[in-house]
Amino acid sequence: MNAPVAATAALERPVALSIEHVAVHFGGLVAISDLHFTVGEGELVSLIGPNGAGKTTAFNVITGFLRPTKGKVVYRGTPLTGLKPHEVTKLGLVRTFQRTSVFDSCTVFENVLMGLHRRVHIGLVATILALPSSTRAEAELREQAWDILRLVGIEHRASELGGSLPYGEQRLLGVALALATNPSALLLDEPVSGMNPTETGNFVRLLAKIRERGTTILLVEHDMPMVMGISDRVVVLNNGRLIAEGPPSVVQNDPEVIRAYLGQGAKSA
Amino acid sequence: MTRLTPIIVLLFFASVPWWLTDQYLLHTLITTGIFILAAMSLNLLLGYTGQLSLGHVAFFGIGAYTSALTALGFDVELFGLFRVVHEPWPPVLGLLFGTLVAALCGFVIGKLSFRVRGAYFVIVTISFAEVTRLVSLNWVELTQGPLALPGIPPLTIGFPGLGYMTLWEKTENYYVVLAFIVLAYILIKRLVNSRFGRAMIALKGNESLATSVGIDVTRYLVIAAIVSAGMAGCAGALYAHYIQIIDPMIFMFLNTVTMVIMVITGGKGTLAGPLVGGLIFGLAPVVLRSYVGPEIQWILYGLLMIVVVFVLPQGIVPAIEQWFNRTKAEPLREPSVAGKGERA
Amino acid sequence: MNVDQLLQHLANTLIMGGTYALLGIGLTLIFGIMRVVNFTHGELYAFGAYGLYFVSVVLGMNFYVSILFAIAGGMVLGALIELVLLRPKRGADIDTTMLLMIGAWIVLQNTEHLAWGSIAKSIPSPFPTEPLVIGPISLSWLRIFVFGVAILLIIATYFLINRTRLGNAMRATFQDTDTAALMGVNIRAIYTMTFALGSGLAAAAGALLGPVFVVTPTMGDLASLKAFAIVILGGLGNITGATIGGFILAFVEEIGAGYISSGYRDAMGFLIIIVVLLFRPTGIFARVERIG
Repeated sequence: MNAPVAATAALERPVALSIEHVAVHFGGLVAISDLHFTVGEGELVSLIGPNGAGKTTAFNVITGFLRPTKGKVVYRGTPLTGLKPHEVTKLGLVRTFQRTSVFDSCTVFENVLMGLHRRVHIGLVATILALPSSTRAEAELREQAWDILRLVGIEHRASELGGSLPYGEQRLLGVALALATNPSALLLDEPVSGMNPTETGNFVRLLAKIRERGTTILLVEHDMPMVMGISDRVVVLNNGRLIAEGPPSVVQNDPEVIRAYLGQGAKSA
Repeated sequence: MTRLTPIIVLLFFASVPWWLTDQYLLHTLITTGIFILAAMSLNLLLGYTGQLSLGHVAFFGIGAYTSALTALGFDVELFGLFRVVHEPWPPVLGLLFGTLVAALCGFVIGKLSFRVRGAYFVIVTISFAEVTRLVSLNWVELTQGPLALPGIPPLTIGFPGLGYMTLWEKTENYYVVLAFIVLAYILIKRLVNSRFGRAMIALKGNESLATSVGIDVTRYLVIAAIVSAGMAGCAGALYAHYIQIIDPMIFMFLNTVTMVIMVITGGKGTLAGPLVGGLIFGLAPVVLRSYVGPEIQWILYGLLMIVVVFVLPQGIVPAIEQWFNRTKAEPLREPSVAGKGERA
Repeated sequence: MNVDQLLQHLANTLIMGGTYALLGIGLTLIFGIMRVVNFTHGELYAFGAYGLYFVSVVLGMNFYVSILFAIAGGMVLGALIELVLLRPKRGADIDTTMLLMIGAWIVLQNTEHLAWGSIAKSIPSPFPTEPLVIGPISLSWLRIFVFGVAILLIIATYFLINRTRLGNAMRATFQDTDTAALMGVNIRAIYTMTFALGSGLAAAAGALLGPVFVVTPTMGDLASLKAFAIVILGGLGNITGATIGGFILAFVEEIGAGYISSGYRDAMGFLIIIVVLLFRPTGIFARVERIG
C-alpha cells in the first residue's frame, strides 16, 4: 500500500467517526486531555503511543464503556454520549478487547452464534413454542456463523472450546465475534499482540478482506512495521495528549513522536 | 446421555403411581416435584445467567398466596381509604394469577436489582424475600398472618365439553405436577438453546464482551427474571392447592437454600441438574428420617453442600456427562456448502 | 409527636446502635479485606450469646469474665472456619465462597439447635433491675453497660486497624492484596486474623445482647441480615460507614416500631437496603470509586 496515495484518499472521504475534544479524568488523574481526531468512511486509522498513553481509555470512551469528562464522540452523525455499549454496537461501531475477548467455556461455533445475536430477531413466544419461523431463523444463523468462521479462517476449530484455542486463534475468534455483529466500523485493540510473524501476515490479509467490504477500521497496535504498512493515517498519543497525526511516512519522522518513544524506551531499559 | 434418556426417565416416573402403594412416599414425590419446579426456575437465573438470587422463595410464596387468595376471596381495606372485596374464583384462575403476579414481581425486582451485581445483588434479593415474609406475617387482614390461610380448594382441571376433574387424590396431583415439570423442562430447553439462552450464557461468561457484541445485558437478565419468577410462582400455586394451607413460613430463607442446594448439587446451568439434585434432596428425608432428627438432616445437607463445592464444583450431572462423553468426542462438522462462503 | 417519647427512642437508638455497629464492623472487615460475604456472621453472634450462657450459667463463672470467654470462643471458631473452608478456596469467586458460608451457616445453626434445644434461654445479669431514670428517659443498667462495652470495643477496633502493625497489614491487604503480598505481608495469616477478628466482634455483640433479650438457635438469622443492612448502608468494606450505619439502622427500627408498627421493626433494615441500593448502590458513605 502506498502511503501518499492513501493520505490523499483520506481527504476525500466523508467523516465516519469523530472524537471531539474528549477528556477523561479519574479523580485527579488525567487519562486523556482534549483528544480530537476523525476517521473517514472506509479509512484505516491507527492509534499508537507508549504504554499508558490513553489508547485503551480512548477505546472505552468511543464504545460507551466509559463516559468522557468533557467532549463527545459522534458516529455517522449520531452523538454517542450516554449510550450504553450495546447501543453503540447497534449503530455499527464494534470493538474487540485487548486481552480475553472470547467466551472461554463455549465452543468456537457458539461464540460466533453469540456474536450474531443482533442479526436475526426471534420473539420469546415464537422461541418457546418452537414456531417454524424461529426454527428457520435459527438455521439461517448457523449458516451465517459458518460464513464468518470461513472468512476468519478458523472453521476447523468450530467444535473446540473458545478458551482452549492457541493465543493467535483466540484473537481471530475475537475478531470473528466482532465481525458477526456486521459492523460498519471496527475498533481493534492490539489484535496481533502475541501473534507470530506468519499469523500477523495472515491477519493483515484478513484486514484487507474486511476493508474490501468498506468497513472503517480504527486500530490500536504496538507492532510498528504492521501499523506503518497498512494504515492510511496514524494518530499518536502520549500522556493522554495527541502529539502527532498524519500519514505513516510523516508521523514516522515527527521529532516529538521519536522523543516520546525514545523516552519510553530509555525509561524501561 | 442419549436422546432417549429423557423419555425413559419420563416413562418411569409416569408409571410410579401404578406400583407405588405407600401414600407417604407418593406425597413426598409430589412435594419434591413442586420443589424441583422451583429449583428449575432458580436454575434459569443461577445457572444460565450466573446471578445468585437468594430471594427466590419470595416468588414461590407470592405465587402461593396470590393463588390461594384468588381462590378463597378476600376483603381488605387499603390505607383506611377504600375497601377491596374479592369473591372466590376457580382455583385454576388462581394458578394463572399466581404465575402472572410472580412474573410481574420478577419484572419489577429484575428491573431494580440488576443495577447491582455480586454481593449487592445477593443481599438485595434476600432483603426482598424477607420483606415479603414480614408483610405476609403482619398484613393479617389479608393473609391472616401466623394463623395461616386454611381451606384452600384443590385445583379443578378440564376442558369445556370434556368434563372437569377436581384434584382430591394424590395420584391426580402427582400427574399434574409431573406434567408441569415436563412443560417447564421443554420451555427451559427451548429458551436456553435459542438466542435468548445464548445471550444469557454470554453475559454470564463475559459481560463486557457480551455488551460489545450488542447484547442488551439488562434486558436479558430481566427476561430471565420474569420467566424464572413466573415459574416459581406457578410452583408456589401448585403447592398451595395441594397442601391446602399456607402460612408465612413458606417464605423461610431455608426454602431458598433448599432450592440452591438442589441446583448446585445437581449441576447449575444444566437441564437435568435441578431434577437430579431435587430428587436427591427431596427424597433424602424419606431415608434419613427413620435414623436421625431434622437437625442432623440439616447438618448433613449443609456438609454435603460444602463437600459438593469442594469436590464437584460443577455438580453431579456435568460430572456424569464428562464420564460418558470421554469415549465419544464428536467434532462439529462443517456442512457441505461448496461454492458458498468466502473460500479463497 | 411527644418529645419525651422521642427522647426515649433516641436513647434506645444509641444503645442498640452500639451493638449493631459491632456486628456491622465485623462483617464489613471480612468483606472488605477478604471479599467474602459471610453468612456465618449471625451464627457467630448466636455463638457469642450461647457462649456467655454456657460459661456464666452452666459453669457458673463470673459474668464479666464469661463475656471475655464468649468473645475469645467466637474468635477461635472464626479462625477455624477460615482455616478449614476459606483458606483452601482462596481466590475462588465470590459465589463459591458464599455457597460455602451458607453451608457452614446451616451446619452451625443446627448444631446449636441440637446442643441447646429450641427453648429460649435467658442469661441473668449482675445489674439491678431498677432502671436509671434521667428526666423522661428510663434506661436499664444492663443496657447502659452493653452500650459502654460496645463503644469500648469499637474504639479498640479502630485503634487496632489504624495504629498497629497488624492493622497496617490489614489496610494494605484491603487496598491491594497483590501489592501487600509483594511488600511482605503474610496474606494467609491476615485473612485468618481478619476472619477471627470479625467473628469475635459478632460474638461480642451476641454476648452483649444475650442477657438483654433471650437466646435462641435462630437468633442469628436476623442478626446476619441486619448486619448486611448495616454494611450496605455504610458501603461494603467501610468501617466508619458500618459504625454510622449501625446507629442509623437502630434509629430507623426504633422510629419504625414506635410510630408505624412494631411488626415491621425488622422490615426496616431490608427496606433500607433496597432503598439505598436503588439510589446509591455503593452505600451512602462511599466515595466515588475509580473506574477502569
